[in-house]
Amino acid sequence: MDDDAVFRALADASRRALLDRLFERNGQTLGELCQGLEMSRQAVAKHLGLLEAANLVASKRQGREKLHFINPVPIGEITERWIGKFERPQLGALADFKRALEGRDKT
Amino acid sequence: MAGSTFVYVTFIRTSVEQIWSAFTQPELVKKFWFDIDVETDWRVGSPWCIKFPDGRVADAGEILEFDPPRRIAIKWRNEFMPELKAEGYSLCVIEVEPVGNAAKLTITHSNEIENSKFIGAVSGGWPKILSNLKSLIETGELVLPNKP
Repeated sequence: MDDDAVFRALADASRRALLDRLFERNGQTLGELCQGLEMSRQAVAKHLGLLEAANLVASKRQGREKLHFINPVPIGEITERWIGKFERPQLGALADFKRALEGRDKT
Repeated sequence: MAGSTFVYVTFIRTSVEQIWSAFTQPELVKKFWFDIDVETDWRVGSPWCIKFPDGRVADAGEILEFDPPRRIAIKWRNEFMPELKAEGYSLCVIEVEPVGNAAKLTITHSNEIENSKFIGAVSGGWPKILSNLKSLIETGELVLPNKP
């Protein structure tokens, strides 16, 4: 899978918000993902399409529904490629520190 | 959707058969799956288990489907952490399909429990296992060293 597609897909706040929603509750339909968002259904569908093309979202048919799942594998590969080989313990400590200061999980 | 499900997908520049061998030959599994030993004869209805290098059983269950070289379904329960074992059996489906000159590997791991701790626990492991497998096949080297 193409790293460029992953970075491009992540370079958009709406798409990251969709990934956050799937992280909170995995396996949602397009309709469920649209609830409470200020985006049109078409816009959400388009963003999901880009996330799926980058392999950050996987979809499965279940009966008549298409469910969307966050796929962490490409992010894992990027982490390994760009961070894992450097000093992971120090970075982990820094990330914990930042989280503690900010008092939340998302960046 | 009721219960907990995680889906992991990776594309590997190789054949469906290569991925199939990697998952079904214990000496290959060991290389990308943190030195784990897989024990089963892969027949439908047969017991299946994975063991740590020190011989302790990590997870165990039964082969539900075995359809070479496309699909394996395993009834799967944690055996070494009481809190995870208490959640009972999960279902792990491994699917391989050709896509262009690559193969798409999909792992779907689910159970009937909302916010399952077991599914949460495996969701940390699968991405590493898959990225190890991908690099093992594509470059002949592992990204992560094996660890107990």
